[in-house]
Amino acid sequence: MRIVIIGAGVVGLSIARVLSMYKGLDIVVVEKEPDVGWGASKANTSIIHPGHEEDPELHPLRARLCVEGNKLWRQWVKELDIPAKWPGELMVFTNSEEEKEALRYIDTARRNNVPGVRAVYGDELRRLEPAISPMAVGAVYAPTAGNISPFEAVAALAENLVENGGRILVNTLVKSVRIKDKAVEGVETSGGFIQADIVINAAGVHADEISHSAGVEEDFVIRPRKGEYIVFDEDTSVKPLRLLHTTPTSLTKGVYAITTTGGDLLIGPTAVDMPYELKEDTSTTLEGIEYLLREAGKLLRELPPRSLITRTFAGVRPEPPHGEWLIKVYEEPWGFINVAGIRSPGLTAAPAIAYYVADMISKSYAVSLEHRSDWKPYRRGFLRLHGKSLREIDELVSVNPDYGEVVCYCRTVSKAEILEAVKRIKTIGAQVTLDGVKFRTKAGFGRCQGSFCRWRIAGIIAGLEGKEMHEVVVKMERYGLGDVKKMLREGA
Amino acid sequence: METLVYDVVVIGGGPAGIASAIKADSLGLKTALIENRDILGGIPLQCIHPGFGIHYFKEDLTGTEFIERLIDRLRVSSVDVYTKTHVHAIDVIAHDEKIVNTVRRSGVTRFVAKTIIYATGARERHLYEIGVVGDRPGSGIYTAGEAQALMDIYGVLPGREIVIIGSGDVGLIMARRFSLEGARVKAVVEMLPYPGGLTRNIVQCLYDFNIPLYLGHVVTGVKGRNRVEKVIVARIGENGKPLKETEFEIPCDTVVVAAGLIPNVGLLEKIGVAMDPATRGPVVNELLEASIPGVFVAGNALIINDLVDYVVEQGELAAKGAKLFIENNGVPSVDWVRVEKGRNIRLVVPHYISGERDVVIYARVQQPERNVYVSIPEIGYFIRLTSVKPAEMLRLWIPGRILSRVDTRRITLEVKPA
Repeated sequence: MRIVIIGAGVVGLSIARVLSMYKGLDIVVVEKEPDVGWGASKANTSIIHPGHEEDPELHPLRARLCVEGNKLWRQWVKELDIPAKWPGELMVFTNSEEEKEALRYIDTARRNNVPGVRAVYGDELRRLEPAISPMAVGAVYAPTAGNISPFEAVAALAENLVENGGRILVNTLVKSVRIKDKAVEGVETSGGFIQADIVINAAGVHADEISHSAGVEEDFVIRPRKGEYIVFDEDTSVKPLRLLHTTPTSLTKGVYAITTTGGDLLIGPTAVDMPYELKEDTSTTLEGIEYLLREAGKLLRELPPRSLITRTFAGVRPEPPHGEWLIKVYEEPWGFINVAGIRSPGLTAAPAIAYYVADMISKSYAVSLEHRSDWKPYRRGFLRLHGKSLREIDELVSVNPDYGEVVCYCRTVSKAEILEAVKRIKTIGAQVTLDGVKFRTKAGFGRCQGSFCRWRIAGIIAGLEGKEMHEVVVKMERYGLGDVKKMLREGA
Repeated sequence: METLVYDVVVIGGGPAGIASAIKADSLGLKTALIENRDILGGIPLQCIHPGFGIHYFKEDLTGTEFIERLIDRLRVSSVDVYTKTHVHAIDVIAHDEKIVNTVRRSGVTRFVAKTIIYATGARERHLYEIGVVGDRPGSGIYTAGEAQALMDIYGVLPGREIVIIGSGDVGLIMARRFSLEGARVKAVVEMLPYPGGLTRNIVQCLYDFNIPLYLGHVVTGVKGRNRVEKVIVARIGENGKPLKETEFEIPCDTVVVAAGLIPNVGLLEKIGVAMDPATRGPVVNELLEASIPGVFVAGNALIINDLVDYVVEQGELAAKGAKLFIENNGVPSVDWVRVEKGRNIRLVVPHYISGERDVVIYARVQQPERNVYVSIPEIGYFIRLTSVKPAEMLRLWIPGRILSRVDTRRITLEVKPA
């Protein structure tokens, strides 16, 4: 039985992972971008939520899968060697109104069975978080919150899927779902038709379009919601231990200030509803940045100078009607499944969503899912120079001298890691790009933002692929236009 | 792990590092020169334009010619050169013992040194730290140095329709280079009301190629999904903020960020060297010794220089400092006099002087001014200049006999109308 999953984001690949555990399934993940995880999965806050912010009456499914997902990630990050930490979250309040709002989540925590959630004040708050803002009166502490490297999570899921026999087709845009005799027959793509017995729609912001093409949920419309972020360099003096979060009120959504698994200070997101046609608009704005810096003042005792900003970015999240996830198996067309409008806490819930979908497939389509005995749960992460002791580095280099060639000074990334990234990109069937290498190795994430290393990495890739340097692709297009002298001679 | 012992370990194989290594060697010090890349030379390797060596070699050379001559001098010295060697961390063991831990293809090598000359150059400011917002197209955004390396080392044309942010010398030179290679530079956009580069570069790189210079303007946004499609430019108002109503678009396929350089001091920060917020480099004395004894700093890691000749001068001075340090088991303690920034002075190096020897003071003004005295009133020193500009570094040679008159704890460098 072939299952086509549309979208190689964290949701699609989590579903693929769970389905790959079972016998007799041919899993094909179809992705329009050149690499996995290039949509909302790459550009988000990276939080694994405890589940105390999900109202169980309004959104019972979200609440349940969020709590389950938090537990599942603890296992998955170990199996897949994904950078993760579990420092707990502080929803900070700065006045009595915010306090009232924040304390309501203690009750939600109780109803969702989220452990350890309580209010902390004064000295206890300052002990929990030395970097806390003097404006903070208290906070709701949720100890089970964590954060992961979301891109590495997606890359890890992809690698593990391929190891278990699944396939990923990149640069393949699904145009429509082909239906015949009230059942799915496959998907029409930019690369031709792909037969499928089951089609799972995990197309992120574009999931409504896919659903419409399958003839279901005509009224279901995904609104793009943009979230902007600011990243400060890992060498900033202010690095929160906990995941700090302002209290969401009727006027503002919560803004986080966290230390990422890579060691950077991340502040965000904003939440701006965008016109329907701007689903791919990840532009940043001055207003967004000013807002984030203002809100971060409620969280942190001081803000690093703006000169230490290494990056601003934005992600577009799919916002479904009434915030309701659309996870549904259809009898007509038989074989079509929507996993659409997976807004926050989608990253957290992704593993639980995956098990939920597998369960629905088995129940609704009477597919008997039998565990494979040869399924491999493990994936090994990158061996990185960054953060290693001299002795460890010496050992790494003695095994592989390419570790002794440091290409990215800011984040201490070696040639060995660049080569490893290229190898892994090829293994999952994705296209080798400078951005793909950057996100896997973190080369170019630091202070210089790649001005010293990008051309060196382009040179390494060009050498490996037998290409000219200018032909190496950054993200979608080439790094340069061509050979200077040749172009000048030809009058181009 | 291999351990090597030296009098001086020079970190960085650009002009400052090479010059200091040659000098240290000539002063009889056992010297190692460490460079991350597989080739010595640093940034001049990608500078095929002239303007190098007018003071030092008394000739106008290109960057590549200049660095070749310097490397030739290095070759006949007994400096041990270690390329493809990445400095991972510095350990300060004692005032006369530091360990420079490096990563090489052969493994970790520990250089034990009495003194370090830190000459790691500068990095470029990027789009995000100068606050440009908008799209982040995959292709078409480069820092000037990256574009220069691509074009002049690898022969890759980065783009055809170029907008350059920043009118410092790097930006101006790149404008000319792009024009010469058949690309069209549609604008150079400068935030300040005056150009950031030397006048000769404004004339030779912009005017001669009919490239428009927008002073007092900023790029407020970049547009384009897969590649840059255009930039949005606005004039800066009285309040220092871009005026929305003055916004206009420039279609282009490439944005080159030439918004200034920042000394590369990461390793020094990690060992706790005191920094000057004005230069963003370390606080140093007249021998270019930083706040940790035996650590000397030269070149753009110390202060952003206009001319390679000054960089080399600082390298040689640092080597003399290292010699003095080793001979005396530390730079002899004196009652250091602090050099303060007075009227219209933005930055000054060195920060401390002793009065015991001749000193070269490097400084930049805050804003352009005509017919001025540059003076240090406490010692009765002054020179008259027809104009001063932020783009042109002031280099003042002050004889030790004048400085020895100081009887205060501080002296002030200032610019005053004549």
